[in-house]
Amino acid sequence: MQPLESWGRYPPARQAAVSVHWRSDPLPRVHGTLLPFGQGRSYGDCCLNEGGTLLATSRLDRFIEFDPEQGVLRCEAGVRLGDILAFAVPRGFFLPVVPGTRFVSVGGAIANDIHGKNHFRAGTFGCHVRRLELLRSSGERAVCSPAANAELFAATVAGLGLTGLVTWAELQLRPVKGPFIEAETVPFRGLDEFFALDADSSERFEYTVAWIDPRPGGVRGLYFRGDHSERAGKAPSVRDPAALPLDLPDFAVSGPTVAAFNALYYARGRLRTSRKQVRYLPFFFPLDAVGRWNRVYGKQGLLQFQCVVQDRAAVSALLERIVSSGLRSSLGVLKTFGDVPSPGMLSFPRLGATLALDFPNRGAQTFALLDALESIVRDAGGALYPAKDARMSPASFAAAYPRAAGFERHVDPAFSSSFWRRVRAA
Amino acid sequence: MRRVLVLGATSAIAQQVARLYADRGAELFLVARNEERLGAVADDLRVRGASVETAIADLDDPARHDELLARAAPLELVFLAHGVLGDARDTGGTAEAADAVLRTDLLGPVSLLTRAAQRLEAQGSGCIAALSSVAGDRGRGSNLVYGAAKAGLTAFLSGLRNRLSGAGVRVVTVKPGFVDTPMTDHLPKNPLYASPERVARDVVRAIDTGADVVYTPWWWRFVMLAVRLIPERLFKRLSL
Repeated sequence: MQPLESWGRYPPARQAAVSVHWRSDPLPRVHGTLLPFGQGRSYGDCCLNEGGTLLATSRLDRFIEFDPEQGVLRCEAGVRLGDILAFAVPRGFFLPVVPGTRFVSVGGAIANDIHGKNHFRAGTFGCHVRRLELLRSSGERAVCSPAANAELFAATVAGLGLTGLVTWAELQLRPVKGPFIEAETVPFRGLDEFFALDADSSERFEYTVAWIDPRPGGVRGLYFRGDHSERAGKAPSVRDPAALPLDLPDFAVSGPTVAAFNALYYARGRLRTSRKQVRYLPFFFPLDAVGRWNRVYGKQGLLQFQCVVQDRAAVSALLERIVSSGLRSSLGVLKTFGDVPSPGMLSFPRLGATLALDFPNRGAQTFALLDALESIVRDAGGALYPAKDARMSPASFAAAYPRAAGFERHVDPAFSSSFWRRVRAA
Repeated sequence: MRRVLVLGATSAIAQQVARLYADRGAELFLVARNEERLGAVADDLRVRGASVETAIADLDDPARHDELLARAAPLELVFLAHGVLGDARDTGGTAEAADAVLRTDLLGPVSLLTRAAQRLEAQGSGCIAALSSVAGDRGRGSNLVYGAAKAGLTAFLSGLRNRLSGAGVRVVTVKPGFVDTPMTDHLPKNPLYASPERVARDVVRAIDTGADVVYTPWWWRFVMLAVRLIPERLFKRLSL
């Protein structure tokens, strides 16, 4: 298998990898600690295990049971969300929560307790997991749900793969009429306009998200909102896209290139503001059109920053700090979370505004910016998202995740990750 | 093809081929050794839309072959996918290990396909598709017994195709190159490796279009042409 890396390609890590082919197999005996690895779509080091072994789950990709009346699907943990959608949409169902890429595994979606553009209504992915099987290093197979083994379930949802190997999960799907989304794009300038749009839109639409371009002279952006259409139709057959065949050189993500891209993207969005029906793929997963798009950032990779803060002033301070750094980001996303509680002890989403940006890895310059952003978030009582993080300090983690100590009791003694050792360093 | 008999149904390539037929709503008869694994494969294919029957059997045992084929009847497409690589470095030196590889990769398949061919010939229709390998195109020191077994299987399939061509029965020889499967888990990977999904698409297309011999991915045909053209005097000194 290929050497495994995280989506941000930073930090680099050396570790062994063993494929898991059958859910009935016991855990392999290895030197060092284990960590499940699904599709490698976490950006930082929470899917890495320096000096240990990764349990690659991409071959645990079998469906087990589907109830077409109730929309309940049981499948192995390596099944990708895109494969579930390709199966479920023609049968009149959709995943209740999808992230920005369909190339994540069910196990990864649970371990990071991912969120979508409908968090204020649907909560996190973990809210829709009815049961899961956890294979522990003791050899025990624990079927966990909100009712049975409830603590272990709460630790495993958002548990970053540390509580054992999820072999299968049972998901509650939601009904849809077809593959279409009624979508609207609204351009905006400034945060006040964003928050006004957002307050109005979240009353009327299920899915909301904004692309933003933080730039000197104020933020501008495109607000996307949509609902599942009532229109029936044939789902498109889904193939994996052609992948970017090589790492691009540095100038691909230099300031002027990104500024030009953002200006074009904004201008294009302003021309397409009418309400229209689009298929679900481009609405939810625009970046999936290019496989391995992280190679745009070259061998040095990229660093993601995603936080949630309640205070609007903090959002404004974060954007100002980004602009003054001189680093530009082409994939800025701003949306709001609601207060639907997650079952996960270490779940990231909580009431507030969530801001996500990616920056090319320019070493010290990028790290200094991330450190500054982290301290703004900590002072505002916010949280950083482990799935996106390669840098947060143990103090920031402890402040944002007060249940970490209780969680730690459920960590399997044979499991660990680069992220976990970093944020729990004494 | 509405009815497919899959021999070695838990192999990575067979699972992917079976999924493509499940998408078409086919009737699948799956044979494999390990009950738990076969159950996992069968459940997956049922959810995907196939109707599935299963049989647990060690295909190395020719005494089971007639009974299995009778249970799977009526035959339409017979897809043979089971095999072992063996490991030349660890076991290739022993005659016992060579015997085991030949039994699984050549003797078992020849016994199964001979019996299947008789049934298909009698009914005057159907298709046999079997996984051989590019390794059968020329023997290499690193997997000579596997190569010999696949060379034998390739020749057998070629002869079977010749014999059945007038009988309305087609025979498809599939020659995959390196495939990323449990069989090759222990080997370091390089860009020549293909996914089982890719190989499966090629297999089904070959069966659909009536191809005789298919290399997958397609460029292996030219790689192996070049490999076969190397003079033996030079070839014997290469580290392959």
